[in-house]
This record gives sequence, structure tokens and C-alpha cells, in this order.
Amino acid sequence: MTRFPWLSVLVLVPLVGAVAVWVLPARAARAAKSLALAVSLAVLALTVAAALRFDPGGARFQFTERHGWIPRFGIDYALGVDGIALVLIALTAALMPVVVLSSWYDAEESRHGVPRFFALLLITEAMVIGSFAATDVFLFYVLFEAMLVPMYFLIGSYGGARRSYAAVKFLLYNLLGGLLMLVAVIGLYVVSSRRLGAGTFAFGALADLNLSGATAKWLFLGFFIAFAIKAPLWPFHTWLPDAAAEAPIGTAALLSGVVDKVGTYGFLRFCLVLFPGAARDFAPWIIALAVVGVLYGALLAVGQADLKRFVAYSSVSHFGFITLGVFALTTQGGTGSTFYMVNHGFSTAALFFAVGFLVARRRSALIADYGGVANVAPWLAGTFLVAALSALSLPGLSTFVSEFLVLLGTFTRYPVPAVLATVGIILAALYALHVYQRTMHGPLRDTAAGGGHLDRRDLNRREAWVIGPVLAVMLALGVYPKPALDLITPAADRTLQEAGVGDREPTATWVSGASSPASGRGAGVTTGRGTSGGASR
Amino acid sequence: MTVGSAVGGAGALLAQEGFRAPHIEYDALSPMLIVFGVACLGVLVDAFASRAVRRRVQPWLALAALAAAFVAVVVIAGTREVAAEGAVAVDGPTLFLQGTILLLAIVSLLLFAEPALDPGGSAFAAQASTTPGSAAERAAVGAGLVTTEVYPLALFSVGGMLLFPAANDLLTLFVALEVLSLPLYLQCGLARRRRLLSQEAAVKYFLLGSFSSAFLLYGLALVYGYAGSLRLSTVAQALGGAGDDTLVLVGLALLAVGLLFKVSAVPFHSWTPDVYQGAPTPVTAFMAACTKVAAFGALIRVFYVAFDGLRWEWRPMMWAIAILTMVVGAVVAVTQTDVKRMLAYSSVAHAGFLLTGVIATSRAGLSSTLFYLVAYGFTTVGAFAVVTLVRDADGEATHLSRWAGLGRTSPVVAGMFALFLLALAGIPLTSGFTGKFAVFAAAAAGGAVPLVIVGVVTSAIAAFFYVRVIVLMYFQDPAVDGPVVAAPSALTSTTLAVGLAVTVVLGVLPQPVLELADRAALFVR
Repeated sequence: MTRFPWLSVLVLVPLVGAVAVWVLPARAARAAKSLALAVSLAVLALTVAAALRFDPGGARFQFTERHGWIPRFGIDYALGVDGIALVLIALTAALMPVVVLSSWYDAEESRHGVPRFFALLLITEAMVIGSFAATDVFLFYVLFEAMLVPMYFLIGSYGGARRSYAAVKFLLYNLLGGLLMLVAVIGLYVVSSRRLGAGTFAFGALADLNLSGATAKWLFLGFFIAFAIKAPLWPFHTWLPDAAAEAPIGTAALLSGVVDKVGTYGFLRFCLVLFPGAARDFAPWIIALAVVGVLYGALLAVGQADLKRFVAYSSVSHFGFITLGVFALTTQGGTGSTFYMVNHGFSTAALFFAVGFLVARRRSALIADYGGVANVAPWLAGTFLVAALSALSLPGLSTFVSEFLVLLGTFTRYPVPAVLATVGIILAALYALHVYQRTMHGPLRDTAAGGGHLDRRDLNRREAWVIGPVLAVMLALGVYPKPALDLITPAADRTLQEAGVGDREPTATWVSGASSPASGRGAGVTTGRGTSGGASR
Repeated sequence: MTVGSAVGGAGALLAQEGFRAPHIEYDALSPMLIVFGVACLGVLVDAFASRAVRRRVQPWLALAALAAAFVAVVVIAGTREVAAEGAVAVDGPTLFLQGTILLLAIVSLLLFAEPALDPGGSAFAAQASTTPGSAAERAAVGAGLVTTEVYPLALFSVGGMLLFPAANDLLTLFVALEVLSLPLYLQCGLARRRRLLSQEAAVKYFLLGSFSSAFLLYGLALVYGYAGSLRLSTVAQALGGAGDDTLVLVGLALLAVGLLFKVSAVPFHSWTPDVYQGAPTPVTAFMAACTKVAAFGALIRVFYVAFDGLRWEWRPMMWAIAILTMVVGAVVAVTQTDVKRMLAYSSVAHAGFLLTGVIATSRAGLSSTLFYLVAYGFTTVGAFAVVTLVRDADGEATHLSRWAGLGRTSPVVAGMFALFLLALAGIPLTSGFTGKFAVFAAAAAGGAVPLVIVGVVTSAIAAFFYVRVIVLMYFQDPAVDGPVVAAPSALTSTTLAVGLAVTVVLGVLPQPVLELADRAALFVR
């Protein structure tokens, strides 16, 4: 649209900022923190400026840039965003300043230096924004893999006691997924060079190939497993609780709030659009995995004794919901799961922050070490409660809107899984409130088996600035989700059109525009009872 | 040397047509002639010049020869002809590989010449003929002697390496193999420290290498029996004929043994870890990079030019060997506790990845293999250069446990090593990734999808042990009496800088080299 390379700037600013922070001497810790915060705020400002120029009804991809990179393999440096990518970039940009702020003292005790920690955070931000903005599959793959490196060092250098184990597990799981995706990426290149004469990685050109048949199924699986590990979807989730438990709080929030969204975003952007036929064929199986994930994650969250692992397992449950919405293959499902990604990013970050405040006061992440915190730190307890309520999707908070949309979109095509997934909400109420009750109410538990005292101070100014904006955003989007949904809905609609599926009747008119039956590009849908779609606009 | 072999190869011709002086294309052969010529000069210098003079002169003489030969390669770039009466093919792949070998040899020889690391002023034995631990050895060390013969020896092996991928008949191939191998065997035994290990490595390499040469020689005899000629193009033409296929198939298998030994493919790899570990590290770097490049060049020429018609026969065999090589290399590397042995098994695994490119039997397969060799060569030299830096009282500290915490004590060296390891693991934005992508894409396009899947899975296994070293360096506490990182002179620093630069540039902006490899990827027949 405009000539100004918005997206490149959004990637470059945090990258350049990271270099600037990195070269600061270790004793300039305060300068490094301030610089990192300033850079992340600048990225947020740039994102807002870009979002205001975005036209939801306009071209499929906007702010597009394209430069040849490795012409030998048809690889371009190509960027562009639709509504889905834009809201996820906005999520990243919005969470980054609070993540930086929440990590203010996380790196002090590490021998690896404070500036490096914040530089790594900024590098991760650049990689994540880049992968959301990439419209070249190869560029996406490279960034998808490259973001492992800063995350690996964040966990491995600055994490808890078992950080080395957690970092290696995180890396190997994700590397394995990435390598499967590499096979699929190579396959895509070979297929495209056969079909088009010259190999290409341009998203649009590949989507137009409308791949089908056995090859498409294998390629789909390559991408799917990579994203399922990243997301993480049950049963590929076991790295997340370890990584989240060992990572410093800000990093854990960044990991499950933002970085993992690249996986669910990949489902929607690549799995659905590049391999529509395979996506339709595998959808029932994936729905089954998602439902298991919803219930399994929630059940394990109920049973956790460790606060960080509790948040991680609740995330596994939520990722199940997101996957459910994506592979329901309905507009509400797609819109809902995209909005869910945004809300989950804020919600899980808020929970991690609240947990982090607790841990900072007691030096323990065990639920059993807490009790009656509300008596001495009411504000801390209050914010913890709101974060917990967002995890159980209380109406009035934004998570409710997205969870409702996902279930609605799923129900029209897969009623039984939708009903089963609803049980996950009940379990969410159980785990969220149970943890809240055990830690915040009852008699004040000051000393425990592990020794040490609870620091009784309530939220300080920095902590309030960390969690306040996140809760405010969730409240605002809960009451008035329209701005976000207006951005997401047309893009989700287009995505599902490209996937060649239409909505089933009856569709609830929850959001204007979401209810119009999407047209099918290829054959009608054969999942569920009868077919629908196929009607061209 | 070249002239001699060319005359020998043309012997049959002479007998038929009466005497005719062989026509030698001096320009096309100039890179090899320069290297061999200066190697002979180097021998004379070593024989007649004083100790101080030859210590000063030899490295620069060798480096100048290599640089001049590289200039010659650049000057004759674009040549496509069969030279020296059909014995030598000077074409795109030859010149590309010769350029690569020369550059790699230059950066490796910088390591040879490094004076600052070992207290004795050199990585090579004071006097190779003295018995380890004897009074004579102590006397030689005390007199400050240094083996300067390594430079002419290295030049001779570089000359052989230049000829090896250019060999257009099987006899030239054999001669080139011997010319490159014999000096290498000697160089392996010249370590200044742990001399017994070094000499054992040399003997092992020599014995196994001789066996493999014998296999190669027997194979080429059988092929000659079948085709009636040793020229690759004539062999290719004979393949369609009515002769008995058994002869050529057995011959091909034996030839393959000889060539696969040199690229250290499984099951002909068992020498690799011992030799890489025992040889002086500069020699290991030189041999790991340059020999691999030359041997793959020869392998691919023989299989593409002479035996293309039998591809349905040899491809299944190569499939099996490639899979074995990747799996064994990656899995056994996981159990290694010595840096040099680990890099040796990693080099075995990389031979497997390279073979997937060879199996593609297409122009893309050739060009991607050429690119991979460049990427792999510079990363490997860089990695071994780092190994020369980490030392304790007994010389290099190669046991992995000694490397713990290096990330904190010497962040720059550890950072460089981490980057080389990530490149060997094939992490995106490094040269290793581009290379792997290129060979895997070529293999997949050639229908070898299962091979690509095996390649990717073994890459994951390989990534495990590379990453383990990074974990060791960064996330573990340094040992109390840990090794010190010696400050290198400008020579090793240059090698490291070049290795780093190539690793990064070929990862981020590989297009020019890819294009060059693409343009070069056409054999003259």
C-alpha cells in the first residue's frame, strides 16, 4: 500500500535495538534495561501507526515488500500482513514492553550479564514479528527456526535450577519439528518446480497450486507436526511445562504468550491454505487431538503443585481450544481462534506475571507454600484473581468472547467435540479458582517446610505497570471486541475461502460479516453430515 | 608429475600411431604445474638452505604457490577442454573444485605456519626421525629444530588433490590418489606432542589407505578389461555394448570402495576418527577439508561421466551407503568425548549428506554438492582452528570435559566454535543450512525422498551432539584447572576470520556462490 517499509522497520528496530543493548558493558545494567524498554515501546508505537493505516476491507496482504534473496531457489524476502497477522504482531508488540518491565530484576543474579538478557528478548521479538509478517514460506521457516536460538539461551542461561535440561528439551523438540517442516519445505519446492517450471516459495503462488493427493498429505503432516510441537498441541506438549517452569517469568510469559502463537498461526496460515484438501481430510483427527488436549491440559492443571507448571498446563488446554477453532473450518472458528490467540497471549502473560510476583516474594513456586496472601497484599490477590478469571473465560473479559466463538464455530460442524470441550471450561473454573483460593485465602501461611518468609509487600509501582495494562486490555476487548474482530474477520473469511470450505447452516449472527457463507474454491466439504460450501460468490 | 602420467596414459596411443609428441595444454594445467613445481623447489630449499632460512621461507613459498595457482584458476575460468591427451579434464567442476581446494589449502597452511601457540614454535615434531621419548628427541627439541618438510609435502598433496577431481582417465585418477595420499600419511605422523598417537594414526592411515588403493587399482583393471579403455568417456560409451556386465559391475564396486574410503563413507570410515585425532590439528583441518573436496570431486566425476549408464545399478548401492554413513556418523558422534573424534564422526555424517546430492544424478545434484563442499570445507577448517587454540600443559586440550565453561572464560573463542557447530548442524542463516537445503532439494527432486527424510532425522541426531558441546561451553562451570585459550598470531586469526566470514555469508547471501556452482556444474566428456 504505502511505500514506507513498515514491516521491515518493525523487524529491524528490535534487531538494531538488540545489538545496541548487547554491546553495553555488563555494569550498565540499568541503561540496558531502559534502552530495551524504549525500543519495545518504539516498536509498539510503530505497530499502532501501521495498524491505523491498515484497511481491513482492502487487499489480501498489505504493506507488502518483495526483494529477491536467493533466486537460485526461488526464495524472496517477502513481507505482508493480513488482519490475522496484524493482530498477532500487535499482540507481540503490546506484550513486549510489559515483558521487559516484568523481567527487570530477572537477570541480576545470572553470571551471563543483564544486557545480554534484554538483547535476547528483543531478538526474539524481531524473529516473531518477522515470522508473522513473512509471505515467503522459506523466509518463514528460517525465522521459525532462528527464534529457537534466543529462546534457548534465555531459558538455558537465565532459568531456574534445571534450566539446562529444560533448554535442551525445548530445543530438541522444536528442532525436530523444524526439521520435519524442512522436509516439507523441500517437498514444496520440488512440487512447485514441477508444476510451475521453476521452484517458488511465494505464499500466493503456492496457495494457488491448490495441492492435493498423497503428496499434499505428507507435506501437510510435515508442517502440521512442526506447528503442533510449537503450539504445543497434545501429545507434543511435554516440553512446555519444563520450559515454562525453568524459564524466568518474563521469558515464560513471552514463550507461551507470544512465541507459541507462531505455531497456531501456522495452522491457520499454512496448513489450511497451502493444503486445503489434506486439512479437510485430517480435520476430524486433529479435532480429536485438540479435545483431548483441552481436557488433558485442564485436568493436569488441576493436579499441579507448582504454580508455573499450573499456568503451563492451563495453556496446553487453551491451545487445544485454539486448534479446535482452526480445524473446525468455519469462519467463527477461524475468527474465534485468532482472537483466542490474542486473548490467550494477554491472559497467560497476566497469569505468569501474577505468579512471578508471588514467587518474587517467597522464592518458591509451590502452591502449598502460600496461603492467605490476600490478607496482606490485596492488590496482588486482586490482579491474580482477574488473571485467573480470564483463564476460565469469565464473561466481560476478552477470553470469553473468543472461547464462545470457537465453541460456536466448532458446534456447527462437530457438535460432540464442542460439547466435550465445554467440559474444559468447567475444569478451567476448577483449576483457576482452586489455585486462587489455596494461595490467596485462608490463614496467612508465613513459614513453610522449605523455610523462608513471605515478603508481605503489596504490588509496587513497577509491578502495577506490568500487569495493569494487560488486565485493562482484556477488559476493554471483553466489553468491546469489535476493533479486533473487524480486523480479524475478513482475513479469517478469506483464509477459509482459500481453504475451500464454507460455513454450515445454521450460523449464528454473532459478528456482522462472519455469518456470510464463505465460498468453496474446490470440492465441497464432506466432513460432518452432508456437504456445504461450494457456492461461489 | 602430470606430464609423466599423461605420457603413461597415452602409451597405447603412441604404439598405434608411431611417435608423436604429446600435446600438453600448459595454460589449462597451470594451477597444477605451479603447485607441483613449487613443491619440487620446496624440496630443494629444504635440502640446501640453512635451518633459519628454510623456517622463514618455506611457509611463504608454499602460500605464494597456492595463491599463484588460485590466480591461474581464476584466469582460466570458463575453460572447457580435455587436456594432456585426454588424461585431464579441465571444465567447470574441475576449476570450481580446484579453486575451493586452493583457498582451503591456503587457510589450512596458515595453521601449519602458526608460531605462537605451541611453546616449541610449531605444531610439528622437532625431528620426525627421532624415537619419541628418546635422548635424541630431547636434543632435537633443545636445539629448536622444526620440521619444515611439511610445506613441500602439503604442496604435493595439494597437487594430487587438484588432479584428483580433474582426472579424466582411471589411471590418472589412481596416480592422483597416490600423489595426494602418500604425503598425507607422512604429515599425519609429524605431531609435536603425543607423538606415539600421531605415528599410530599415520601407520593406520597408510595401511588402510594402501588397501583401498589396491581395491581401486583392481577395480580399474576390471573396468579396463570390460571397456578396453581407461578414459571415462570411452567407458561410458562401452556401457551400452554387448559385453558381460559382471566384469564392469565388479570393477565399479571396487572403484567405489577406493573412492568411498577417501570420502570416509561407512563402512570404509574406521580410519577417520583415529587419524583425525592423532594427526597434528593443522593437518587434520587440511585433510578434513581438502581431501573431502578432492575425493568428492573425483567420485562424482567417475560416477557421472563414466558410469551414468549404470545409474540404476549403482544408485541402490549408494542409497544404502548414504543412509549408513549418515546414521552411523551421527549416532556414533553422540558417544564421543574427544573434540577431534567428534568432528571426525561429524565429517563422516557430512559425507553421507553429500552423497545424497551425488545420488540425485542431475545437474542440480552436482551443483549442490559443489556448493556443499565449499560450505563444509571452510566451516571445518574454522572448527579445527579453534581446537588448536584451547590448550593446557600437554598441548591441545581435546577432551570435551575440558571445554566446560569456555563460554565464560573465553567468550569470543567459544562463540566462534558455537557458530561453526551450528553451521555443521545446519541451523538456518549459516552456510551449513544452505548446503543441506541444496543437496536435499536436489535429492528430493531426483526421487530420493526417503533419503531426504533419513538425512533430516540424522541432522536432528547430529544437532544433539553439536548442541551438547554448546551447552557444555555455556551452561556449565569451568573446571578449576581448566585449559587456557592461547592468543594466536595473525595467521590463525586470519583462518578463523575467513572461516567465520564464509560460514555467515554463505548462510545469509549464498546466491553468488550458488550461481557460480550452477554455472560450473557441467562436465566435459
